[in-house]
Amino acid sequence: MAQSVVVQVGQCGNQIGCCFWDLALREHASVNKKGIYDDALKNFFRNVDTRGTGISKGRICSLKARAVLIDMEEGVVNEILQGPLKDVFDSKQLITNVSGSGNNWAVGYKVFGSQYRDQIVEKLRQTAEHCDCLQCFFLIHSMGGGTGSGLGTFILNVLEDEFPEVYRFVTSVFPSGEDDVITSPYNSVLAMKELNEHADCVLPIENESLFDIVSKINQMINSGKPGTTVKQQSLVTLNEGGIKKKLDEKPFDKMNNIVANLLLNLTSSSRFEGSLNMDLNEISMNLVPFPQLHYLVSSLTPLYTLADVNIPPRRLDQMFSDAFSKDYQLIQADPKHSLYLACALLVRGNVQISDIRRNIERLKSSLHFVSWNQEGWKTSLCSVPPVGHSHSLLALANNTCVKPTFMELKNRFLRLYKKKAHLHHYLQVDRMEDSCFTEAVSSLSSLIEKYNELDVTKGLPIHEQVRLNIVI
Amino acid sequence: MSVVTVQLGQCGNQIGYEVFDTMCRDLHNTQGFCSKRENEIYQASCKEHFFNEDKSEVPVARALLIDMEPKVISQTLLKAAHSGRWKYGQHSHFCQRQGSGNNWAYGYSVHGPKHEESIMNLIQREVEEYDSLSGFSIIMSMAGGTGSGLGAFLTQNLRDAYPNSFIMNQVIWPYGTGEVIVQNYNSVLTLSHLYRSSDALLVHENDVVHKICAKLMNIKQISFRDVNQVIAHQLGSVFQPTYSSEDSFQYRRNPLGIDWQVRPPLSGLPALEKVSPNKELRFNTSIANLLILRGKDVHSADTGGFKDPALYTSWLQPSDAFCEWRTHRAFNKYEKSAALVSNSQFLLKPLDTIVGKAWNMFASKAYVHQYTKFGIEEEDFLDSFTVLEQIVASYCNL
Repeated sequence: MAQSVVVQVGQCGNQIGCCFWDLALREHASVNKKGIYDDALKNFFRNVDTRGTGISKGRICSLKARAVLIDMEEGVVNEILQGPLKDVFDSKQLITNVSGSGNNWAVGYKVFGSQYRDQIVEKLRQTAEHCDCLQCFFLIHSMGGGTGSGLGTFILNVLEDEFPEVYRFVTSVFPSGEDDVITSPYNSVLAMKELNEHADCVLPIENESLFDIVSKINQMINSGKPGTTVKQQSLVTLNEGGIKKKLDEKPFDKMNNIVANLLLNLTSSSRFEGSLNMDLNEISMNLVPFPQLHYLVSSLTPLYTLADVNIPPRRLDQMFSDAFSKDYQLIQADPKHSLYLACALLVRGNVQISDIRRNIERLKSSLHFVSWNQEGWKTSLCSVPPVGHSHSLLALANNTCVKPTFMELKNRFLRLYKKKAHLHHYLQVDRMEDSCFTEAVSSLSSLIEKYNELDVTKGLPIHEQVRLNIVI
Repeated sequence: MSVVTVQLGQCGNQIGYEVFDTMCRDLHNTQGFCSKRENEIYQASCKEHFFNEDKSEVPVARALLIDMEPKVISQTLLKAAHSGRWKYGQHSHFCQRQGSGNNWAYGYSVHGPKHEESIMNLIQREVEEYDSLSGFSIIMSMAGGTGSGLGAFLTQNLRDAYPNSFIMNQVIWPYGTGEVIVQNYNSVLTLSHLYRSSDALLVHENDVVHKICAKLMNIKQISFRDVNQVIAHQLGSVFQPTYSSEDSFQYRRNPLGIDWQVRPPLSGLPALEKVSPNKELRFNTSIANLLILRGKDVHSADTGGFKDPALYTSWLQPSDAFCEWRTHRAFNKYEKSAALVSNSQFLLKPLDTIVGKAWNMFASKAYVHQYTKFGIEEEDFLDSFTVLEQIVASYCNL
């Protein structure tokens, strides 16, 4: 069985990462009743004895996350180390600083990048050496700030240089329009160039979408309608984020849990058994038809399960319909009205192939697929459902609906750049030049152009290609 | 004579398990609708072909389980062991930690060469156990990466290592929609390569089997297990012991010993005149049909309809193209059952569809970089397309 390593960078990256580890432990605990260190656990966790030596089989002694935690401030990582998950992390897996990156991509990338490169490589090597078959790095970060954005994408480069054979999956939180960091467009666009060039697969997330989903759930919980009591355990926003509980629960915890659930569901079919397995390398193979078009829009359903057993469960088919609704997407996008290049359905729980086929048949007439991939569906069936649910669905779409997000980003960037607002903060950083900006926005423009070229083909009549002529 | 079954990838292993399970159940059936003595001979014959006996007296399947990741093989070994009726050999499997990622090129060019020695050694050890080898039955899907890519590589290797053995591939045809996005590429590459090394490709289409489950068996929520069990039943009804048409006193030694040779049309001779009462009915033209009848009243069954010239191509006499085996020991508790193995145009439409879709995708070059990354170039794709177009044309012209 192959292993994965999570690299969480910056405040956002570490907060989400922490939620992820908490949920992962919870999930394995509910499935692994005998306390044996099995292959499924091995994917994300090491098993160590009291002296810290790895144990490859047998009873679980102490689980350590295969993770590297990096932040240029201490606050978040310290909270994690004082919270309920403190024993899950190895102190050797951390890199922290005190000064922070000042919401400046250049500081994160150029300054801290070169300052910490050796340490970063060393920590990554150590973590990799504990794996007998390392398949994938999951990088979690935000795009709008300085550390996650700058140092995070610097690390992406390092991963490619030092571990070229290992997949790089990036979960990137994009800033919303009303982001309080003024320079977030600069940071995001500079980071995007790195994602374009060095990531195998990117799962963009927008806070606005997470916030809307959280609101929807809260509405449901508080509606007071009979039969609407929600099974607490089943909330996709399950809020016990592994960070020391504060009195005032910010919505961020709930939002982070959604992303954590996304990562769990993404890896479920490679960890647990099922009748149609899907490993992580299959995601890239099936969903990335051209190297640069590797941005995947994700949606998770159901968001919760009702607690009242007397209410019939929402029909299975509703779950599939919801996955394609714009309200369930984790970025502000509407895949139904844009063009699909490919779509993957990762199903967990008590669902059979006929259920999937029936729903694909039902839904495909309302969806637009690119001419050369009219049946562009990839499916996987994992028998183990997530905690609190009998079944769940994660849909990953390579769809041109990401284009508006990128165009918005480019526009916000240009609004600032044209006035040269705050540019000096960046240019005063060593080895940071104006060309970094022009190259970055050019990279983004060419990506948008690729999506445009595909969009114009939408709705056009499909011509069958002329086949080879064979003389017998 | 023994048949060595090679189960490849998730599909191959899941189906392989069901095949052995079905044959074992059938083996132990006392409801054979025949004499006790007859039943005993049948059982002995089946065991000789497909199972070994070990000290524990639990039959050991003559199979090798191969996969590039461990989950499915673990499951399969466990299921067999738990059944109590049969099991797999202790050292009959080979697996790695990371799968082929649905990538034919990875299965063929990376896993193939890397594990060639280990896998061929494993096969050789198995083959050496037997006095005589009937041949290989390789179970694989076309859509994924291991069954398809490693399957193509392995079949080639087997052909080189055992030039006189019979090699038959059980090829699972994926659902038209919704399994693997690059399934058409993988299928084209697989089929074109298998054509060069395999003796026979026995095709099982998921869509067709699915319909059987839905319409004939009325299963409401069809799972892969249901589909696999139907395929296993079909395979079992072909492979279980049968009397040969020449010798109706003993079971044929070689279960795979169908005369698969296709006699090409003799050039220069006029087309044989077809006299048929069924001129209005359009059939898929066949070049060979094998009918296997089992159960009660098997010897009085009238199979004249299968000899209708309208079924066959003009350059073949039905007597050359049609073969029947009748066995009165019933299969799988079915009082009467019939199986038809057919080499005909039935596959023309599905094959043409897959080639068409793959070609459309290839024209846009989508996903091609995933293959060139591991050494399968556009040239290789074109070669494969050419081979398949030739096959399509050949069948079309029957």
